[in-house]
Amino acid sequence: MSSISINNITKTYEKGKVLALDNISLEVKSGELFGLIGPDGAGKTTLFRILTTLLVADKGQATVAGLDVVKNLWDIRKIVGYMPGKFSLYQDLSIEENLNFFATVFNTTVEENFHLIEDIYVQIEPFKKRLAGKLSGGMKQKLALCCALIHQPKVLFLDEPTTGVDPVSRKEFWDMLDRLKERGITILVSTPYMDEASRCDRIALIQKGKILDIDTLENIISKNTQLLLAVKGEERFRLLNDIRAYEDTLTCFAFGEENHVVLKSGTEKVDFLSKYLADKKHKGVEIKPIEPNIEDTFIKLMLESENAQ
Amino acid sequence: MKVFFAFVKKEFWHVIRDKRSLIILIGLPIVMMLLFGFALTSEVKNSNIAILDFSKDAATKTLVDRIDQSQYFTVNKYLHSENEIEGVFRKGEVRLVLIFPQNFENDLSKDKKKQVRLVADASDPNTANITINYASAIIRDYQNEVNENKKLPYAIEMETRMLYNPQLKSSYNFVPGVMTLIMMLLGAMMTSVSIVKEKEMGTMEILLVSPMKPIMVLISKAVPYMVLCFLDIILILLMAVYILDMPIQGSLVLLLAESLLFIITTLSLGLLISVNVNSQQVAMFISLVALLMPSLIFSGFMFPIENMPLPLQVMSNLIPTKWYYSIVKAIMVKGLAFEYVVKQTLILVAMTVFFLTVAIKKFKINLEV
Repeated sequence: MSSISINNITKTYEKGKVLALDNISLEVKSGELFGLIGPDGAGKTTLFRILTTLLVADKGQATVAGLDVVKNLWDIRKIVGYMPGKFSLYQDLSIEENLNFFATVFNTTVEENFHLIEDIYVQIEPFKKRLAGKLSGGMKQKLALCCALIHQPKVLFLDEPTTGVDPVSRKEFWDMLDRLKERGITILVSTPYMDEASRCDRIALIQKGKILDIDTLENIISKNTQLLLAVKGEERFRLLNDIRAYEDTLTCFAFGEENHVVLKSGTEKVDFLSKYLADKKHKGVEIKPIEPNIEDTFIKLMLESENAQ
Repeated sequence: MKVFFAFVKKEFWHVIRDKRSLIILIGLPIVMMLLFGFALTSEVKNSNIAILDFSKDAATKTLVDRIDQSQYFTVNKYLHSENEIEGVFRKGEVRLVLIFPQNFENDLSKDKKKQVRLVADASDPNTANITINYASAIIRDYQNEVNENKKLPYAIEMETRMLYNPQLKSSYNFVPGVMTLIMMLLGAMMTSVSIVKEKEMGTMEILLVSPMKPIMVLISKAVPYMVLCFLDIILILLMAVYILDMPIQGSLVLLLAESLLFIITTLSLGLLISVNVNSQQVAMFISLVALLMPSLIFSGFMFPIENMPLPLQVMSNLIPTKWYYSIVKAIMVKGLAFEYVVKQTLILVAMTVFFLTVAIKKFKINLEV
């Protein structure tokens, strides 16, 4: 059974001038932890706002927990939890006051649903008298999650919850989402960090308002059959430009110290590449075949989508 | 109802924790009352006057003494020739010069007509008028005394009475004015800014994705400011009565009820502003420029509306402050009962209903623009 169902949603801004979402369809199963992955400006927030009834799509329809996002607006607002991308709690209220306020707004009390937030709340409880504006990024996110959970939502929408949070807090945050999933809450989470894709049951890759692929992370990567080379050298920037200028190069992107290269001829003519680089007087050049990761796959899908247009 | 109280409580926290808004809410009425009460007064007291006396007899001496002793004037200079008059005005040493002709007492006792000349500095026309009036009154009094023993065939005796404000205190004018301005400023500005702040901070986004109805959000935002504005009214009235000695002639209950109505009017104006703008700065700008300026000009508090050109007079009817100002004056100064302010009250009610209806209609239940 699907908890979120999106059918051919299109959304434009400024009277049709800016296309934010282009004919998107998506199903999220009940109890699933679903990741919406894409760079800034891909349309993630727009999709979240349509699903949380904050925006109305130009075309198409969507349901959340079987309720239409336009017709059943007030019913949806009772059963979803929403954590916007920007920290949106009262900065001049303390942790305790924020939590109590949002519990009351959703016609419940902190005590009633404390079991849901307990293991998150205990981490910030020592600071419960502190004003929300004075919390660290990680604590803010935990508080925001508590506030979004306090009314025991059926579906949880988390828009870039880990943006601007340190790596340790990010990991903790995803551990918390795992535990919430065990309680049967459907979670739709968006993130610009590709490495977080592995924490989701399934992911949708989204770019420029279009969905590139929807599947489990493993399937998406295994569908990527391109033969990839990692090329390392001493002069990183000149190496990148020289490889890009090489006639047999299809794509070349920098990943940390390495350049991930796809050749038009596959892996057969690697020797020619190393000779070309030797001619260009590059030192310490290492070339080795590698398995594509999610980022390589995203770039591949993105380029394919752009070429298709 | 529980939600409502939680909201009101939260709103009070916002106000109490934001020192700026707290200072505005409590400091502004106090500062304005004290300023208008003691510093910015239009009453004329102890104006400097110069005397040019060509007679120097008993009559002129008596007159000069009386002028000097009155609370309105201080004689600070004796001139000796007409040429000096220009000089003292140029230096701004005096506001008025009083000139007695030669043989003043002699001619006066022989039933001859005698003229005294008053020369005033009219670069400030209002003050010039007032000083001339005060000086004339003193001279007239003296004349009446002199004439007492003689029988004049035809004389019109004037007896003037200043109704409602016999001591001509300026507080009778500015207290209603300050009440009007402060309510307009606080009611409209604080409400609009506080709602727009929720939009700017993103908290409106969460409130929208909650079972709370938009109208509840609006009302819960407005009620705390209603209470605070009402406390301000009480603060102003206390200061008026106990510090400025200005009694409330009419019914206090009626005055408070009308004030509450006006507060609701300004709050609905604030709500109307807030649903139309998205940044605190714009909200503040609109309340200051588009509301405060017309309120100041058209309330009748500083400039008499009857003296304005007809188009402006017509326009003044659209400004809520004009009606509230006239209500406060009627009740507080003239001590009139409700039947005399029915028209103004109905106009305020109509304006409030209009503002509120438009505000609620325009309130967006989502983030669509």
